[in-house]
This record gives sequence, structure tokens and C-alpha cells, in this order.
Amino acid sequence: MNAVPPTNHQGVALQVRGLRKSFGNQEVLKGLDFDVRPGEIFVIMGPSGSGKTVLLKHLIGLEEPDEGEILIEGQPVQSPEVMAKYRMAMVFQSGALLNSLTVGENVGLYLAEHRLKPPEEIARIVSENLESVGLKGTENRMPSDLSGGMKKRVAIARALVVEPQLILYDEPTSELDPLSAVNIGEEILNLKHRIHVTSLVVSHDRDLAFGVADRIAVINEGRILAIDSPDKIKNNPDPLIQKFLNANLKNP
Amino acid sequence: MFQNIGEMVVLFWRTLLALPLAWRQRQKVFEQFFEIGNASLLMVCILSFFIGGVIALQTGPVLVERGLASAVGSVVGVSICKELAPVMMSILIAGRIGSAMAAEIGSMRVYQEIDALRTMNINPIHYLVLPRMSAIAVALPLLVIFAVLVGWLGGAFVCFANNRIEMSFAAFYSALRDVVQLKDVANGVFKSFVFALIIAVVSCHQGLVTRGGPRGIGRSVTKAVVNSIVLIVISDYVLTRILLS
Repeated sequence: MNAVPPTNHQGVALQVRGLRKSFGNQEVLKGLDFDVRPGEIFVIMGPSGSGKTVLLKHLIGLEEPDEGEILIEGQPVQSPEVMAKYRMAMVFQSGALLNSLTVGENVGLYLAEHRLKPPEEIARIVSENLESVGLKGTENRMPSDLSGGMKKRVAIARALVVEPQLILYDEPTSELDPLSAVNIGEEILNLKHRIHVTSLVVSHDRDLAFGVADRIAVINEGRILAIDSPDKIKNNPDPLIQKFLNANLKNP
Repeated sequence: MFQNIGEMVVLFWRTLLALPLAWRQRQKVFEQFFEIGNASLLMVCILSFFIGGVIALQTGPVLVERGLASAVGSVVGVSICKELAPVMMSILIAGRIGSAMAAEIGSMRVYQEIDALRTMNINPIHYLVLPRMSAIAVALPLLVIFAVLVGWLGGAFVCFANNRIEMSFAAFYSALRDVVQLKDVANGVFKSFVFALIIAVVSCHQGLVTRGGPRGIGRSVTKAVVNSIVLIVISDYVLTRILLS
């Protein structure tokens, strides 16, 4: 998120206070409040159109809230001090790789554009990060040559180059086959243990959420219904939560 | 419409402020420059040769019949370098390069690539707009100089080959030299520089405000080309008034 030289990999705390956002007459976020602890994997679940992606865009500074605030380590996320002090990265639902660049150029883009390292070192870092997501030797391939799962892993490698303290994942397993989805889930867990990054995952994938989350928030129509550990969320009596968690073809 | 104009003025101003960073982006500027030249040189050549030819064909016989054969070279020379080359080449570039700019940036916008740049604290204006504007601001005037020379050649060829005009190349260029001055060519080149900025700002702006999927990209491309051409023609009149006075 910023051009300062990386200092450490410790995750940061995130607080969302009274977040509200409307587009025209439609209120998408209706006063969200939650905390994400340093180093935890916090999953926000909810049906499509519940405001999950809009929330992520606020967290990364792509949208301005109508009301409320987002704090990183107690400081507003939009403040220059936060931008300069903490490093954040986002893995987009589509991967959002730059299609005109090779995989290697995509992964090294942050370092190259901010001139943080010489080209040889960027090449080494790119290679290391691609290897860490199981894509060694793909530097010269174009994003259009990759499968959906590979694109997501390249996007994770690109996020890792920033040496982030907070990673935001937008539907990381959407459009993936079950095996690729498991790989992505394992990657999210690996990062937590390897670099102690704070992870905020937005998803409606129940398997992913219960597989990786330390805590889960369930959101519906712009409001948080519950925040708790995966086990407690499973047993939450709220009918909306139970309907979402247990929906299937036989029990829609 | 006024919101669009305001946004374009702001985009132009922010790109101007970023100009000191153009050297850092020289690789991308060069890539864009090559893209513009490579995509357009042949078309510029064909278009300007035949524009020169058709002006000679339209005016030559009439002037020769009235004993004004020596004016043919002057008419072709002045009309091409002051008006036709800058305007026609700019319209051609708006169609070929402006549309490509709007489509590429629009697709990056729709597929969240620009959001990804922002999350990496990479300014899309520095990364996308600055190289394109710098490249086209240099490339279009150079293409216009080339078009002027080829257009004159086309006019001279028609004057030589058409049996109702029958003018030698030497006579054509002698007549042209008598009237056309360096400042006439400079006028045309200056106009093309302004048109280049218009194409870059309009096309990049349309790309950056693209909404929706493929249909949104298509709409942006159409708007980029149409708005560029309209602004080129309007500013051509304004610039001509200013330069004539």
C-alpha cells in the first residue's frame, strides 16, 4: 500500500466503527462495527449483495465512508501516517493481474514502480514469492495463459512482495475447483503462520471460512448478524445464519 | 457534460504536474511512441498521399484553365501543411490510437487492474496517462511533418501525371516554395500538438470512467473517438483564428 521499505511482518489490529455507505438511495452498509486482532484470520461471510466487497473497498481506501471510521492500530486508515507506517495488500476476486505484463512483472510491479530494489534483486524476490505459492518458473508466462487458481496464487504472490501486515482477500476461492480452493485456503493459513499477517477474508465459501477462520462475522443486508469462533457460529440459533450456513439444493 | 469537461481539465492538470516523472517512465513512453508510429505510419502515408493528390486534382485543372498554373503548388502546399495534414492525421490518430487508449484503460478499470494499482500506491495517472500523453504529444507532430511531406509529394505526382495539369515536379515545388513558409508548417505542427493533448486527455478520461462490462468498454471507446473528433474540429477553428490574427 505504500512505498516505505519493509520493516517487519507483524500483523496489525483493525477496527471498524459505525461504518455506513449508500449508493444513491440504496444503503449498502448500515453501521458496521467489528475488531480484527493482530495476526488473526477474520472471515466475513454473507450472501451475494450483502455489502462484503464494498466493505473491503473501504478498508483499502478505494471508497470513502458516508459515516464511521476505519482504524489501523488506532489511527484512521486514510491518514498519511497510516499509509506511510503500515503495509496492506489486497487479493482481488478476479486476481486483477495486469494483463499486459508477464507474471514476473506483475509480482515485481510494486518494487519496480517504487524503485525499492535493483532489478536483479527484484527478480530474486519475484522468484522466491512465486515459489512460495507453488508457481516456480512461471515468471515469463502471461496472465492469460494461467488457470483461475494460478491467477489467484500469482495475486497472492504479488501481495506478499509488499511484505504486508494486513492482507484483504475478496472471494479468494470463487470460480475455483475444490482442489484449487483447498490450495488457496492452505496458502492463507501458511501466511498466518509464516509471517503472522492479519488476514481479512471476504467469502461466501463455507468450507473455506470454517477451514481457515479464527473468527467469523456473518453479514446480511449491510448489517453484522454475529461475530464468533467458527464452532459458535455453526451453533448460532439466528435463523438467518442457520439458513445461510445450511442452504443446499435439498434445503434451499 | 460539464462534469466530464471538469474531470478532463483536472486530469490534464494532474498529468502536467506529473511531467517531471516522465523520464522515470521513459520505457513506457517509448513503448507507446513505438505503438503509435508502428500502428499509424502506413495509414498516414497512404492518407496524406491521396489527400495531396485529390487537392491537386480538384484545383489543378481549374487553375490551369485560368492561366494560374503556378498557383497549384501553392494551394496544395498551404492547404496541406496548415489544415489538412494536422486535422486529418489527428482524426486518424483519434480513431486508431485514442480508441486503443480508451479500450485498454477501460478494460483495466472494469477488471479492477486500476484498483490493484491503487492498492500498491501506484498512481494510475503516472502509470497509465502520463506515458500515453507524452508519447502522443511527440509522435503526432512528427507524423504530421511526415504527412505534410508525403501530401506534397502526392500533389506533385498528380500535377505531373494528370494531362489536364502537366506540371513538372520542379515547377510544382518552385510554386510551393514561393508561398509556403516555415511558419505555415510550424502552425500545422503546433495545432497537431494541441490535438494530441486533446486525444490523450479525452481517451484516457473515457477509459478511467468506464463502468460496466464489455458494453461499457465499447461505449467508452465510441465516446472517446467521437468527443476527440468534435473537440479537434472546434479547437481547430479557435486555433486558426488565433494563429491568423
